[in-house]
Amino acid sequence: MKHVVKGLFAATATAALLATGAMAQNVGGTLVGVMGGTPRVLNPAVQSGVVTGFVGSQMFAAPLRYDDGWNPQPYLAKSWSVSDDGLKVTLNLQENAVFHDGEPIKSSDVAFSVKVIKEYHPFKSMFAPVTSVDTPDEHTAVLNLAHPHPALMLAMSGQLMSIIPEHIYGDGQDPKNHPRNNEDVVGSGPFKLVEFKPGEHVIMERHDGYWEEGLPYLDRIVVRIIPDSASRAIAIENGEVHLSAFENQPTIVNRMRAAEGVNVSNDGYGGIGPIDWLAMNVTRGPLKDERVRQAIAYAIDKNFIMKAVMRGTAKDARTGVHPDSPLYNPDVNPYDIDLDKANALLDEAGFPMEGGKRFDISLELVPFPGYKPQTEYIKQALSKVGINVTIESSPDFPSWAKIMGTMDFDMSMDSVYNWGDPVIGVNRTYMSDNIAKGVWSNTQGYSNARVDELLAMAAQENDETKRKALYAEFQEIVNKEVPIYYLNAVPMHTFYNDKVQNPPTNGIWATSSPLDKVWLKD
Amino acid sequence: MEIIRVIVTRLAYAVALLMAVLVLNFTLIHMAPGDVADTIAQSMGGADEEILDRIRADYGLDQPFLIQLFNYMGRVLSFDLGYSFFYSMPVTELILQRLPATLLLVFSAQILAMIVGVVLGVISARRPNGILSHFVTFFALFGYSAPVFWTGILLLIGFSLNIQWFPVAGMRDVTIEGGFWVHTFDVLRHLVLPVIALSSIFLALYSRLSRATMMETLGSDYVRTAKAKGLSTRSVVYKHALKNALSPVITLAGLQFSAVVSGAVLVETVFSWPGLGTLAFQSIIARDTPTILGILFFSALMVVIGNLLTDFALRAVDPRMRGR
Repeated sequence: MKHVVKGLFAATATAALLATGAMAQNVGGTLVGVMGGTPRVLNPAVQSGVVTGFVGSQMFAAPLRYDDGWNPQPYLAKSWSVSDDGLKVTLNLQENAVFHDGEPIKSSDVAFSVKVIKEYHPFKSMFAPVTSVDTPDEHTAVLNLAHPHPALMLAMSGQLMSIIPEHIYGDGQDPKNHPRNNEDVVGSGPFKLVEFKPGEHVIMERHDGYWEEGLPYLDRIVVRIIPDSASRAIAIENGEVHLSAFENQPTIVNRMRAAEGVNVSNDGYGGIGPIDWLAMNVTRGPLKDERVRQAIAYAIDKNFIMKAVMRGTAKDARTGVHPDSPLYNPDVNPYDIDLDKANALLDEAGFPMEGGKRFDISLELVPFPGYKPQTEYIKQALSKVGINVTIESSPDFPSWAKIMGTMDFDMSMDSVYNWGDPVIGVNRTYMSDNIAKGVWSNTQGYSNARVDELLAMAAQENDETKRKALYAEFQEIVNKEVPIYYLNAVPMHTFYNDKVQNPPTNGIWATSSPLDKVWLKD
Repeated sequence: MEIIRVIVTRLAYAVALLMAVLVLNFTLIHMAPGDVADTIAQSMGGADEEILDRIRADYGLDQPFLIQLFNYMGRVLSFDLGYSFFYSMPVTELILQRLPATLLLVFSAQILAMIVGVVLGVISARRPNGILSHFVTFFALFGYSAPVFWTGILLLIGFSLNIQWFPVAGMRDVTIEGGFWVHTFDVLRHLVLPVIALSSIFLALYSRLSRATMMETLGSDYVRTAKAKGLSTRSVVYKHALKNALSPVITLAGLQFSAVVSGAVLVETVFSWPGLGTLAFQSIIARDTPTILGILFFSALMVVIGNLLTDFALRAVDPRMRGR
């Protein structure tokens, strides 16, 4: 029961922090945030993604929240414990917590939420091992697990485990298409819905019944929807908007760094964990050969990409785990540019240079903004070692997804998100039982028995040191075998006005975390 | 009575046209690889395959093509445009929510472009080689050839950032409080830049067209006769010539009706104008078939109505049309 102590310690630590920091906060005011897309659904229990996360995390609370050191902190659960065999996770809920309609938040709501998320949330691996939830009393929920499941901790935070009211969503209607997902939302979080206009804005106001005395500081949060990144930047610059997250266009990031009254930060994105990468189909053509894939890695000058394409805005990434994660292993081959080595590997693999060329290969480009310059550079770089790349741009996402899903590609430029624990967002790319199963699965056709074994063991290893070692070995293997060449962490940045205090850069979930402690300076 | 006959024939054509638009587009969209389940998965950061299959089953996407088509057409014939896959709300509601914003933007831009364009055209037609005429030509061509998203961003940098006269995005400021007039003024403030950006494209068309037709009319026999009669230049230009020169301009305005959706997409995107253009663009990207078809349905309807109105307007200015 050692974790109980940790939870209690964390609780006192936050309380102390609150006490010391509580002298100067302004209460009230309207924070104007902005995001690039309209959420399909506001209820994060049935819809993932960062636009739903921004507003959904304000309206719905999770049991835990994370600080910037990846330590779980109490949120809707004031403390928690994991049994010694790892098969029971007990959550002790805040006793005075109520939903927006005044109904108390009970352990039965937790049990109901787990059931809904387990069935309808797109990330199955989060709660798959949860066999049942016991509710010994109104404020205690016990999650029973089929096997130890350390990923559960991160899965209980951010937008991933939103506690939804059973008395609203348990009426027999399909939770996925429930009418209360977008209208008259009754949530458990610090802010409640005032108005949602798709394509325009989401307006939320302070939930007066929030359990933590004095919070949230803000009266209102208005999240405007501005699809064009240049327009968003201007709105931040002229003060019309206070806060924008997930901004990843290097030119705009650098412009904002120079702008007056605007702060720019790339902290707080480790949980979301987005990585830009070049995926390789290991089941066909020259890319079947590991040496060819390594040669490609040696032929690409990552430094050039970091400086000229990303303009100094991105962090290096060498494996499939985000560099901010405590599980990241930086001690792997960085594949510093080495054209001689690349040529030697290609010769060895049996692709001799003939008339300045070795072979042709295609590169699928995901239809997201901003990926073109990287692919253009890669084409140039690979032509130097005799690999002739044809760039193929898909007109829209479904077309690209279809090509990937049927593995009808050689290479593909893309970005994939970690979503907290590797079990949730990393394993899907490498496990041999997940080959070509939908969007962002193992579409590389990669299969390595040791990798499967390591990922399976790590998924059930509650000892942090042992778990880290397992993931370190896994990262060494994929770095060496190069089913994916990792370019960099997507340069996600948060822009915020000088007025904004406690911006969501102090955790791991960016804006997919509650803004209950954000306040505005005069 | 004749007007009723015209309307009835037109409506019959219109219904056939609308049905053809729907069937054709349904087929075209179906032929593209992938479907809305992929974009939903994208919006969620990936999804388990089981979830994807369930989404497809929910929306009937696992059915054979012909059954999907018959189901859809059956619903349309009972005046139900269906349910948006991506926005999870009824398509009609979604479109009606966005339609007023687009109509406001497009009409304002059209009217501005037409008035300014005709005035500029007439002025430059009177002195085709004058300095003003060259200026108008340059100005019009510049507006026409500059990409509208670029003009839009320049306007934003100029008038929202450097001189903070106008807001950057959206149609209203939800943080202000006040009565009807405060909100009306707020919408007008938001409207200025997008209208200027959008009308810059149309302006060239109107000014060039009215300049050309005006020059042609001013050189025609009846104008010479009118001048010979001793009428003042003013009366000749504005009463005799302008009225005749207006027909092609009205025809053009009618044709522009079809641009209600297409023409505004870029401007709406740059200024985050919550209209039909952005919705159309997003639903195409999202492969949200019911919404795309719903919007096509509405824009086809617009074209039909626009043509009808053009006919009546032409009849009003040109008596020769009345017999037809």
